[in-house]
Amino acid sequence: MTTSVIEVRGLHKEYGDTVAVDDVSFSVAEGEIFGILGPNGAGKTTTVECIEGLRTPDSGEISVLGFDPQRDRAEVTQRMGVQLQESQLPAKLRVAEALDLYSSFYRAPADWRSLLEVLGLTDKAGTSFGKLSGGQKQRLSIALALVGSPKIAVLDELTTGLDPQARRDTWGLIEGIRDRGVTIVLVSHFMEEAERLCDRVALIDKGRVVVVDTPAALAERTEAEQRIQFRPSAPVDDALLKALPEVTSVIRRGDVVVVTGNDEALNAVISLLARNKIVARQLRVEQASLEDAFLELTGRHTSARDSHLADERDYERDEEQ
Amino acid sequence: MTSVAEAPAGAVGRRALVRLTATEGKLFVRERVGPVWGLGFPLVLLIIFGSIHSFHTARATYGGLTLLDVYLPILIEMMLALLALVAMPLVLAGYRERGILRRLRTTPAGPLRVLAAQILVNFACAVVATLVLVLVARFAYGVSVPRQFGGFVVTAVLVAVAMLCIGLFVAAVGKTGRIAQIIGAILFYPLIFFAGLWLPIPSMPTILQHISHATPLGAAWESFQNAELGRFPGALPLLTIAAWAVVFGLAAWRLFRWE
Repeated sequence: MTTSVIEVRGLHKEYGDTVAVDDVSFSVAEGEIFGILGPNGAGKTTTVECIEGLRTPDSGEISVLGFDPQRDRAEVTQRMGVQLQESQLPAKLRVAEALDLYSSFYRAPADWRSLLEVLGLTDKAGTSFGKLSGGQKQRLSIALALVGSPKIAVLDELTTGLDPQARRDTWGLIEGIRDRGVTIVLVSHFMEEAERLCDRVALIDKGRVVVVDTPAALAERTEAEQRIQFRPSAPVDDALLKALPEVTSVIRRGDVVVVTGNDEALNAVISLLARNKIVARQLRVEQASLEDAFLELTGRHTSARDSHLADERDYERDEEQ
Repeated sequence: MTSVAEAPAGAVGRRALVRLTATEGKLFVRERVGPVWGLGFPLVLLIIFGSIHSFHTARATYGGLTLLDVYLPILIEMMLALLALVAMPLVLAGYRERGILRRLRTTPAGPLRVLAAQILVNFACAVVATLVLVLVARFAYGVSVPRQFGGFVVTAVLVAVAMLCIGLFVAAVGKTGRIAQIIGAILFYPLIFFAGLWLPIPSMPTILQHISHATPLGAAWESFQNAELGRFPGALPLLTIAAWAVVFGLAAWRLFRWE
């Protein structure tokens, strides 16, 4: 076990009558990308705000690199960079001015010019914040979180509101930052983002940690089930499909057949179709994902899964076939 | 990340304040609200008043002073009120609204330093504007420099602090930049009315004169008037201004939120 850089023990926080965080404990190891996942209102943001020292917990203990985020503000802010949800800059402040200013706050700042280059903002150095695109603002925000050369970077809803290309670019950036030895805490409600980036994730629901594990291990916890979807080239009898021992259910959506079964169902279905000289057109296979694991563990759907992202995922699977 | 030279903690704090002040100064000029209302507008009024012939006649009502003598402190007060009640709350409440103060809370600089930087920038603008107004009045229109100069400076600083406290109160209760600007304007008009912008205090009906003396800008005008005539301002008007500063300062202190 590597050393832990963040320790959260029995965190509890209420706002009036609402319990935002009931009982949250976890630890983040040095050098990992640690995901905090959960539906909106699960207590993710309150949890990280307590870690950042922006909120005082009602009870529980938090240690960041051995410091108390409330008592040791100076030490914690020197070592932890924070990218906040919806935090802006003055509209007329230019990109280079912002980085130059923020780097003056730190004892050992990073070279902000090379940071600009890494984040692909060099040609925007003289542009005012108000004239940047959403993706550029987000990258500047990441740059500001990194300009103090922190040991830990906390990134809250990093890619919300970005288009798919910008989101992918940002993911690449985050991996690059981790490779420089920065521990990353990533708050997200995108399961795909967590699957792609995180070494470990904590699933938070209703103010409690449901589970902490690697994304792959979480996905494996759910029953290994496959969903096979295709458009048969000739009519196929449901009874034939249902007769297969590997298949658990068959439903139809128009002329599309959706077969659910165990992990050998695909072979069985394809052989059956081949024997009957039927071609499976637009074949699509879905494996259990972190999303399914999340659903199973919380009994809820993650919120705000925007449709274009779902479309994009389908598109990718089509390509893989 | 590659690190540049390490600096000790206290120096980092001072450097952060210096850099924040320089940046806020640049933004102050770029946004133009401060320079226009805090310097341009009172200067234009001074030039208009200075060009009116009757403003140069000495009048018994004003203790032998001319109307221009009477209006110079009113314009200085107007400049202070516009900077403190309108320009600064617009920026501060806007910074809160847009999460800029919140972002600063996550850095070693902290939001208090940007508040200090804003105060320093507005104070610098006020000093420059006061000098410009006094010097233009002196050399273009022959308005004499206040004979009790110490009393003039004490009054100016005190009324600036009172306006600052009211302005911080406005920034505290205004949830957004827009709302803060509206609250600031609502306070600005009665305060500047009682300073005598539309009707100098000695020409007001007695009841309005009494009210004026209880307001910060009315009390300040009285003190400026004394300084102009070579007398050190009385304790009552100075205490009146100080009382406004304390009340609004405490209210701002209690109500101001970073988020």
